[in-house]
Amino acid sequence: MFAPIEDLYRLAPELVLCTFGILVMLAEPFVPRKRSGLVAFLALLGAGAALAATRLSWAHPGTAFYGLVRVDDFSIFLHFVVGAVAVLVILGSRDYLEREGLHRGEFYALVLFATAGMGVMVSAQELVTAFIGLEISSISSYILASFRRNVPKSNESAMKYFLLGSFATSFFLYGVALVYGATGTTLLSRMDSASGNPTLLRLGLGMIFIGLAFKVASAPFQLWTPDVYEGAPTPVTALLSSGPKAAAFALLLRIFDTVFAASQLWVWAIWVSAALTMFAGNLAALVQSNVKRMLAYSSIAHAGYILVAFAARNEIGTAAVLFYLVAYALMKLGAFTMVTHLGGEGERRLEINDYAGLGSQQPAAAAFLTLYLFSLLGLPVTAGFLGKFYIFNAALKSHLVWLAVLLAINTVISAYYYLRVIVVMYMREPQKEWAATPIPRAVGLVLVLTAAGTLYLGLFPNYLMEFATQSAVLPR
Amino acid sequence: MSLELVLFFVLAAMAIGGAVSLILQRHPIHSALSLIVVMVALAGLYLLLGAEFIAAVQIIVYAGAIMVLFVFVIMLLNAGVEARTNVSRMARYVGLPLGFFLTVELAYWIAGGAGRQAPVSAGPTPTRELARMLFREFVFPFELTSILILIAILGAVVLAKKET
Amino acid sequence: MSGDYLQNYAPLLIHLLVAMGLAGIILLLSTIVGYHRPTRAKLQPYECGVRPTGDAREPFSVKFYLVAMVFILFDVEAIFLYPWAYIYRDLHWFGFVEMLLYILILLAGYIYLWKKGALDWNR
Repeated sequence: MFAPIEDLYRLAPELVLCTFGILVMLAEPFVPRKRSGLVAFLALLGAGAALAATRLSWAHPGTAFYGLVRVDDFSIFLHFVVGAVAVLVILGSRDYLEREGLHRGEFYALVLFATAGMGVMVSAQELVTAFIGLEISSISSYILASFRRNVPKSNESAMKYFLLGSFATSFFLYGVALVYGATGTTLLSRMDSASGNPTLLRLGLGMIFIGLAFKVASAPFQLWTPDVYEGAPTPVTALLSSGPKAAAFALLLRIFDTVFAASQLWVWAIWVSAALTMFAGNLAALVQSNVKRMLAYSSIAHAGYILVAFAARNEIGTAAVLFYLVAYALMKLGAFTMVTHLGGEGERRLEINDYAGLGSQQPAAAAFLTLYLFSLLGLPVTAGFLGKFYIFNAALKSHLVWLAVLLAINTVISAYYYLRVIVVMYMREPQKEWAATPIPRAVGLVLVLTAAGTLYLGLFPNYLMEFATQSAVLPR
Repeated sequence: MSLELVLFFVLAAMAIGGAVSLILQRHPIHSALSLIVVMVALAGLYLLLGAEFIAAVQIIVYAGAIMVLFVFVIMLLNAGVEARTNVSRMARYVGLPLGFFLTVELAYWIAGGAGRQAPVSAGPTPTRELARMLFREFVFPFELTSILILIAILGAVVLAKKET
Repeated sequence: MSGDYLQNYAPLLIHLLVAMGLAGIILLLSTIVGYHRPTRAKLQPYECGVRPTGDAREPFSVKFYLVAMVFILFDVEAIFLYPWAYIYRDLHWFGFVEMLLYILILLAGYIYLWKKGALDWNR
């Protein structure tokens, strides 16, 4: 009756993350304020150990705990993604937290727990388990978004995120209940064979789609994104825009590929949503003057690009989604980390015009930001270019010519607002004097890692693409 | 009409009446009291469906603990009678019709599918059966809920505790 | 649904009806039978003869909220013990270990709260 040891290996990343989350939480009140670096180090160790644990569980593929979770290449790939995101976010946030006087162990504990939740989401084979993973990651995110609790804007953002997010979660849960009512099971693999009520099943799957579409910020459920991303502390914005999005996409893919009824029903929804999301993100980004808001709209647009690959409905499409998720996480994490550093105390330097003259005053910072923006735009030798290329390829292979055309049009639109930032940085005279603070070591490390990753994937995508292609085959 | 059906309609009317009153009341305390009516009626409905444990949880956690928290928050904010605001045009002309449409659609689909559900369970689910499911097959999500509770503890401290 | 199942709850229903009926009748009788001659002095809140000042509803400290929140969380934890107690004999050691783990995780939360001073009333 005891769970076999194999099962525990399969859950190793979650076990490690939860254990370290609890340790960090317990360390918080015991470690004196002066030595708070210790807590940050412990958290970093935990996130790193989770990556190692992912490697360990890779050697034990199969289902665990009565088929509720499954370790396969797909879940391992995404475990690596969310684990790496956690490492980079923890590395990049310490200096920010010190600067803002927010340095508390709870921050790291919540990041670790949120990552564990995402890990559960990407390997869940069953909807109740997936729901609890979703809740763990969402509730941690709500708290993280409100971490600057003395700043009204941050509170507003957290409140909006919490209310709309709970609403979306309840949609998901209601969908799960309807699916269970229709089929009598919450196990994804049994849904097809269950002789159920097809209408109720479709209704339930529709609601699940709405709930997850909210989490990935795809139109028409994207309205919360700019406010939340702008108000949340910037390292949290970096986390929100990469980790939970990847996990929610993973869950969508998993349901889509395992349940036949879902792949039948969602096709149109995904097509329409992809087109809407790209335009909603890019058109609104054109008129933004705040960098964080602009990047928030750009992340909506990128969710749209990923949905294009999703709409391709084949393994090339799934591989393109996986590749893009990595590329996207790298460039978004890099960009937001740079914005965090440039923001200065109290996050005051956030307008695009504030970046005027950055090219001559802080050439290194400007160069990094330029690289991330080029990658977001999708210029060659960056990860963003190849990511878009694979999406294009997948869309054309599935004869989604129109969607591919819309993707091209949107890339052109997006060039305007990405290039504008670069023009301001290099060609405008500064209007105000900003003290150029040196880049702290940990932040520098994050920047170097993300920039190197962006370039590496832009030049040598083969290794990752092979892994993505291999992971795209989902066992039914 | 069987006793069961009569009870169902009484409880359903209570739940819907309570929910409508919850929205229409202008004083937050009255809204909270209406919510208790909804919770109790739901507990009755669960009992009617044979979910005894869920009914008990509904009373202990929702009608008990969560309502205490609601009343606390109302007193914490010292919320008085709420001011009437004009419903935004978006909500009136788009939101309300859409909400109405969703209700009708759900009712239509569920009514259309009535009687064709998969045989989930006939008759009451004994608590023993539920416990077996929860502590054997669903042991992993069950353990995960403890992490969820920890996160809530962290959240309460991060958001509500005075800084020292 | 079997009739037997509902019959189990018949006493509960009767109890509920009697309790609600009694409360209703008492309220009704007192409004019908009692005298009503309200004066200003009678309508004042009773505060041992002292003239009432200010509003009765005062906002109170956020500390209470924290305690209420923590109460709910541990209440939810306790809920799980009921069904567990029902079958822990069948589960043998497995049941013991899983509940132990669950409670240990929450114990960590309790220690955290304690050391944080969230339960300390004077801070």
